[in-house]
Order: sequence, then C-alpha cells, then structure tokens
Amino acid sequence: MDDPIDDAGVRRTIEAVARASYGRLLAYLSRETRDVAGAEDALSETLLAALTTWPKDGVPRQPEAWLLTAARHRLIDESRRRRVRTEHEDTVRLLTLESATAAITEDTFADRRAELLFVCAHPAIDPSLHTPLMLQTVLGLDAARIAQAFLVPPATMGQRLVRAKRKILEAGIPFELPRQEDLPQRLDAVLEAIYAAYGLGRDEVAGVDQPGLALAGEAVWLARVVLDRLPDEPEIHGLLALMLFCDARSAARRTPDGHYVPLSEQDTAAWSAAAIREAETELADASRLGRIGRFQLEAAIQSVHVERAQTGRTDWAAIVVFYEHLVQLAPTLGARVAQAAAVAEAHGAAAGLAELDRIDRSSVASYQPFWAVRAHLLRQAGETSAAAEVDDAYDRAIGLAQDPATRQFLLDRRG
Amino acid sequence: MKYVMLIYETPPNLESRKDPGHDPYVAAWKAYHKALVAAGAYVSGAPLKDMATATTVRLRDGKRRVQDGPFAEAKEQLGGFAILDVPSIDAALEWAARCPTAASGAVELRPIDDDFFANFVDG
Repeated sequence: MDDPIDDAGVRRTIEAVARASYGRLLAYLSRETRDVAGAEDALSETLLAALTTWPKDGVPRQPEAWLLTAARHRLIDESRRRRVRTEHEDTVRLLTLESATAAITEDTFADRRAELLFVCAHPAIDPSLHTPLMLQTVLGLDAARIAQAFLVPPATMGQRLVRAKRKILEAGIPFELPRQEDLPQRLDAVLEAIYAAYGLGRDEVAGVDQPGLALAGEAVWLARVVLDRLPDEPEIHGLLALMLFCDARSAARRTPDGHYVPLSEQDTAAWSAAAIREAETELADASRLGRIGRFQLEAAIQSVHVERAQTGRTDWAAIVVFYEHLVQLAPTLGARVAQAAAVAEAHGAAAGLAELDRIDRSSVASYQPFWAVRAHLLRQAGETSAAAEVDDAYDRAIGLAQDPATRQFLLDRRG
Repeated sequence: MKYVMLIYETPPNLESRKDPGHDPYVAAWKAYHKALVAAGAYVSGAPLKDMATATTVRLRDGKRRVQDGPFAEAKEQLGGFAILDVPSIDAALEWAARCPTAASGAVELRPIDDDFFANFVDG
C-alpha cells in the first residue's frame, strides 16, 4: 500500500489532535510530576516532533497514546539531566515516571482535566490567576491571547503564569479532586474562575457596560469538563444554565450596525430557542439535586427574563425574590446593583434609588453598573431628581464605560 | 503610583473639537474626565492644540534648529496627556481602556519615575 503522504492532511490531523487533546494530555502529564511548566514544555516539544516524523512515518493508529508516551520520555530525560545536578526529589519523580510509562498503550487514558482545574483555582494561588491558568493549561491558549482578554500586558501575563506554575510545584499542591468537606468552597472558586472567562455583565439593566464576551465558548467548554466529572453538583448545572441563557441572547444584544440594545427592547425572536431549552434542562437538573446556590439563583433570574418570549412580560416580583436570596448568599456589588434595578421595576424608581443609597459610595467610584442604574432611575423618578444629578450620574456611567456601544447608548439617553 | 497617559488621536478625533457642544467624542471625553476626577485618579492633564501649532527646538553644533511641527510626523498625533495616580498598573490599564480615544487612536501608559525625580526636587 503506497499512499502518498499528505503533508497538509497530517498537519491538520496533528492540529486537530492537539486542540482536542491538549488539556487531557497536559492534565495527565502534570499530575505525575506536579510540574505544569515542565509538562507544557515536554508536550509542546512532542507536538513539534510529531510535525516532523508523522509526515514521514504516517499518523499513528493511536495518536494520543503516541504523544503521551513521547512526552513522558522527554520528561524522564529532563528529570535525569536535572538529577545529575540536583538531588533525591528528582529521583522520586523519575521512578514515578518510569514505572507508569510501561502502562500506557491504550488510546484512552484517564481524564484528569477536572483535577487540573481544581489545581488552577487552589487557594494558594492568587485569585486573579485562576482563570488565566485554566485557559492556558486546560485549553492551551497562549499567554498573549489570555492577556488581551484580561487587559494585562502580554509579557506581564506570561511572567505571572510562570510564577503561578512554580508555586504549584513548590507548594506541593496535589492533583486530586478535593475531599467532600472541602468541595463546596473549592468548587465555588473553580466556578467563579470559569464565569470570569465568560465575562458578560448583567445585561438586564440598560446601559451596563459589556466589554465583550471575551472567551464565552471557552468558559462553557470548561464548565462541561467539570460537569462531566461531578454530575451531581447542582452549582455546576447552575453555572452552565446561566451561561447558556446569556448565550441565547447574544444575537439580540446589538443591532446589525453595532448599536447597544437593552434587554427590555431585545427582539425575543432573535433569542436562541435551542440554547434556552438546554439552559432550562440544566436548571431543572440543578433543582432536582436540592441544594440551592448563587449560580442557580442567577440562572433562575435569567430564566424569568427569557419568559418574556412566551408571555410578553417580565415577572419582576419573582426576580426581586431571587435577588433577595442571591444577595444573602453572595453580596457582590453586581448583585446588589442589579437588585436595586429589579426593586425599581417592581416597586418604583424611589425604592430602587433607596437600595442604591445603601451601597457604600466609595466602593463604586469606578463601578460602571452602579452609575448606569442610578442614572436610569433618577431619570425615571422625574421631577424629584435635580437635572444636574441626572446628568452627573450619566456622565459617570459614560466615563466608566469601556465598550463604545455602551458609551453611545448612554450618551444618547443623557441628551 | 503615578502614570502618564499619552493620548494619540486620529485626524477625525481632532476634527471633533470644532463642535464641542455636540460632538459625541467630546461629550465622551468630558464624561471620562469627570469619572477620573470623581474616582480620585486624576492628578492633572491637558488637551494640546493641533500638530500644526507645534514647534520643535534642537541645538546642534552650536546652532539652533527651530522647525515647525511636532517631533515626529505620524498619522496619529499626540492630542493630550493626563497624569494618573492609581493603586496599580491594573487600575491604570482599566482607565486606559475607558479612554474614548482607545477605540480609534491609541493610549500609551508610562510609569512616572518618582525615584529619579527625587534627585531634582530637594532642599
């Protein structure tokens, strides 16, 4: 059998394998040595080597097993090199690797990505690095791309990630799922980090800044990885439901020429019925498990919003009740500001403004949603609001916005 | 920590100054300035007059060279600057991202070298 070796085809295969398997391969490799950076190097060298040898020898029957075995050999070689210079801890690592290498011939190996996600969100690691670490290790995104999403200079992000991975190794962070008693807190950190990648503001309030769904697909993908391992954790279902409800409305958020469309004015026909259905299923799965949590409450609020597609109206009274519970569980600025907006819809602008006044003003000096809601409510309150106060609130909301579409929307409303 | 924000504007940005009462870019800038001040991040700053009003001075071989125009000719020109005082580079970057010029021109952030400056300001 003499098929011509198709270089472009081989390249595509490697890319496909790399994309689909990177996270699983890396998680498996780094678990043994706890050296994420070392595993990344070994894996990327191996992928490069595959690009040279596979066009000549053909794509292996079990490409993942080939990559895993080759990467592990590189790790062993590297450990040996270091052992010559350092001491006994490398010996342990070496022996672990050698004994385990014999075992791998199957083309499916245990999926350790969930463990890797828990490592990335470990309390010993700076919370601002949880999400970047997940994106780099489980998704294989490069540091420069992650830097863009988080508004950090690329070189700085690279350095921070290197330091974080060194911390994982030196602090002895274990690559395992947390014990039952630690799980709620540890899981919440993982879910928060995944939601941070999703990056959308609460678009149920007109004029709240939405700098962009930076890595929405990646966030949903990560949530599914965790759900796969922990199908009986309701908050994971809740987070997935929340993100899917938000996804469902993405086409309706902007006009074709890029103008901001507030939720109350969105064309419900442009909402994705399929995404809504899936979100509802996840929310139902969550509630069957019988343990409420912040992400389930957020998802429940979104579920009320999308009812407008069926009923033509929004049940703000129900939303107010959900926010009361949410703010008790997780009194973030975002939840409290959104609660004020919901209270205003249910009980009038004055009631909403009173809620806003309960928030410490110094904590919102740079928090755009507060000012967007305040401006909106002051305007609605009519003559009881001084014109200068209304303008000032709009100016603050405009000046704090990062998305030009939000800015323009608020400028138009300010008048 | 203090940063200088250098604001590089496009020709349309600069055109907008002709209609300061109505232009949305100017309105956005007024709001941005207000937000910076209200948040306690603004130390000082100023818009600059057009590139055509710039004069560049050099001294070479004992001779003065004075030329019309800015130091560097470029499509985007330095339209203004601001000095910020914020807790960290992260906060400075958030403000840079909010700057209306970021969407069309460019915003450069540079830390002020306070340590070096201390050599000048002394008793």
